[in-house]
Formats: sequence, structure tokens, C-alpha cells
Amino acid sequence: MNTSTKPGGNDPAPRLDRAAIAKRAARDLIDGSTVNLGIGIPAMCADFLPDGVELLYHAENGILGFKELSAPGEGDPNLMDAGGSFPKLVPGMAFFDSVESFSLIRGGHIDVTVLGALQVSRTGDLANWIIPKRGIGSIGGAMDLAANAKRVVIAMEHTARGNTPKIVEECTFPLTAPGCVDEIVTDIAVIKIDRVSGRMILRETAPGWSFEDVQALTEATLVVDGEIVEIS
Amino acid sequence: MTIVPINKISNSFADAVADIPSGASIMIGGFGGAGGQPTRLMMALRDLGVGDLTIIGNVAGISKTTGYGWPYHLDPVDQGMFFESGQAKKITCSFPVPGTTNPLSEIEKAFREGRAEVDIVPQGTLIERIRAAGAGVPAFYTPTGVGTPVAEGKEHRDFDGRTYLLETALSADYALIRAQKADTRGNLQYIGTSRAFNPAMATAATITIVEVDEIVEVGGIDPERVETLSTYVNRIVQREAGDPMP
Repeated sequence: MNTSTKPGGNDPAPRLDRAAIAKRAARDLIDGSTVNLGIGIPAMCADFLPDGVELLYHAENGILGFKELSAPGEGDPNLMDAGGSFPKLVPGMAFFDSVESFSLIRGGHIDVTVLGALQVSRTGDLANWIIPKRGIGSIGGAMDLAANAKRVVIAMEHTARGNTPKIVEECTFPLTAPGCVDEIVTDIAVIKIDRVSGRMILRETAPGWSFEDVQALTEATLVVDGEIVEIS
Repeated sequence: MTIVPINKISNSFADAVADIPSGASIMIGGFGGAGGQPTRLMMALRDLGVGDLTIIGNVAGISKTTGYGWPYHLDPVDQGMFFESGQAKKITCSFPVPGTTNPLSEIEKAFREGRAEVDIVPQGTLIERIRAAGAGVPAFYTPTGVGTPVAEGKEHRDFDGRTYLLETALSADYALIRAQKADTRGNLQYIGTSRAFNPAMATAATITIVEVDEIVEVGGIDPERVETLSTYVNRIVQREAGDPMP
């Protein structure tokens, strides 16, 4: 495991920025899907949907069918998303309580959730709610979404501070859900997880990054299955 | 026993919470953020000063330090107030702390100083435990939390090849909730995303106290559009017109 490279230092090429990660993750979102986006990079996916793709956005606090946000300083406290932002009222929107909201999630009615992560294991275990040394963390809707959405995509930076790998053989942080992640989109790679065979398949790399470059920043063993293409 | 006409309307927020004793368990409605939060009831409970409280909330104490869910240039108010005041000894919630520790939230301060027990529950499990309490269901199985620290010590059972956890109902002595409109009988309507935990909490407490923007006469709410039934509601307090607090 090589942890000596620093972003912009020994990297073979620039890493993608947060917007580019979101843009790549957004490309796989299928028109008409009911989607829940986590905070941070995942929420940015909404800004980069391919032409012609319309999604039905769900937020845990009881709203379905929101689109753009109100201008900063405007917005209605009774029209919020789960990130604490204020969407605009649009036709077709629906409001409901938390029983309904989590029936939707637990019942398997969310097609895709895009979430952030602290660690993802080779077999798709997800850890994203607590950093053990802090001693306290927040679960929110993450465990329900990770365990029950039909598809779980992680959008995150490939490594933590000091190039510490976040994609690992086994999570050392407490889990959010075991064996739930389908795909990881990072600033240097797109990785598919075949949970049946327990393989992490490298599908795409950032421009100028090789399989070996990505593997060097990934604790879990990556495999090749088919062509590796450049993230576009 | 003297039979008197039912009058659920309290004249003030202070009156509405006056009988809450030290040691009570208290559900606080909303999601987190200003919308749907019973802010005036919370402030009255803080002013009442009773201690040893167990709070049950959702996104519990992150607005003051992050502005979460507060659109205006007002100082955000959140459930951290009961830890700042030293009134609460425990909170059960899904989201007690924000991502940042700079500055520390009141709940995290209390936790680090050993003043507060923090019981973190997945949000879907938390709301279903509350719903179950109100609906007379003592426990239920959920797939959420299997294989995580949440599952420790809980009964596991397989149904159709998938593993589930047994989770138990969660009730409280009081629920402080927020609605947009009540009729004088106590039927409630909400607005926008202010529903969240309010309707379920209304069903799960011994005494449910509701803070509303408007009280109308019986008949002022369309029976087709009643969202919380009056049976669940014990006390109603109306905010002052033009209250600047969201």
C-alpha cells in the first residue's frame, strides 16, 4: 500500500474536482427514478443531470418531487429538504410525514441513493456515520437508505487526509450497512462492486491515471473485468 | 367528579407546560430546523426549569451552530437548549451532532463532559418505534441496522431469506408538537415539510401539547383533510399573530 503520494504532489495527473465527481455519478441516474441524494458531493449530482433525464427527488424529512432551491436568504422554513436547504414549490410536489417517508425507504421504493462514505470495503460494506475517535456520530437516514435502496452509489474523494485509503479490505469504522454498495465514483476512479463474487472491479480511471496508480491508493484489491476506460 | 366541557386551549405556553415534572420523558416534534419545531413550547419548558429530562427528537441539536434549517437572520433555536441549561440527562435521536466540531454543539459538549447520555437510533427505526407505540404494537422487525452497532443485543430473525432486527415501541410522558392549524376540539393540519415527526409523536405520548399558528372553531377544518385526530391532542396553544420566530 502506497500512502506517500499527496494530491498534486506525486499524483500522475490531477484528480477530478468535487463537481466532476458529481457529474460522473449523475450520468448513471436513470430517467424517472426515485432518488435520494446525501449531503455534499451527492447533492451536487442534481446540477449535472444528462439532458432529458428527470428524477423524482426524495428527502427524508417528507418531500418528493423537489427541484431547484430558493435563492440564498429566501425560502420557506416549512419547505425544506433533508440537508436543511429550502427548495422552491413546484407542481407535482408531495409532502408527507416521517412514517410515510421511511416506509418509502424501508419498503424498497427508492431506486437509487447516492451517499458519501468514510470507508467502503471490497464486499460493499459501508461506514459513513461515525469517526470512532470522536465518540459520537449521526445516523440520520443513512442506515435505512443504505440497507434498503435498490441501488447504492458512493460519491466521494478516493482517499482521506494524508492519502489514507477509504476503499479498504475490511472497514475498521462502525458500519452503516454491510454489503450494500453497488458502485463507487471518486476523483480518480469508477469502481463496480460485484457483491456475489466479492470483487471490486475497476471500470474507469481519471485522465492520466493507470490501474496501478489507482490500486496504489486503494487498500482493497482491485480487479480488471473488461476494458478500463477514461472517466469522461 | 365534576364533568366540565372539554377545553383544550391553554392561555399561554407557560400554562401549557406547567405540569411537566422533573424526570419526564419528552418527545419534541419536527424534523430538525425551524419548520415544524414547537419552538415556543420548548422555550417555555426551558423557562420552567425542570430537570432530569429525557428528550426524544430527530435531528436534535445542530441548528444553533450550523444554521441548519433556519432561513432567517435569527439566532437558531434547537434541542441543544436543554443540554445548555443542564435540564436534560439523555437524548434519543437519529442525528445529535453536525459534521463539524467547530464550534461544538451543546449536545456534543454535554456528551464530552459526561453530562448526557446520547442514544443514536436510525431515523426510520426511530419513527417506526414511535408509530408503533401510538398504534399499540409493542415491537416490530426491521432490516435497518443489521450488521451494525445498532444490532448489538437485539433479537435477529430471518424472513424469506433476509435478516431483520426486533425493535421495540417508544413512548413518552409528553409530546411537544407543532401544527399549522387546530380546531377547538384539537383536530390538526400541518403545512409543507413541517409534518415530519409531529403526527406520529402526537399518538405516542401520555400528554400531547400542540403549538399552532391558528385556532379555528369546530367545522373550520374540512373533515376530509384532518391529519391528526383530536383524540390524540390534550392541549393547544396559539402563537401570537406576527410572531417573528419561524
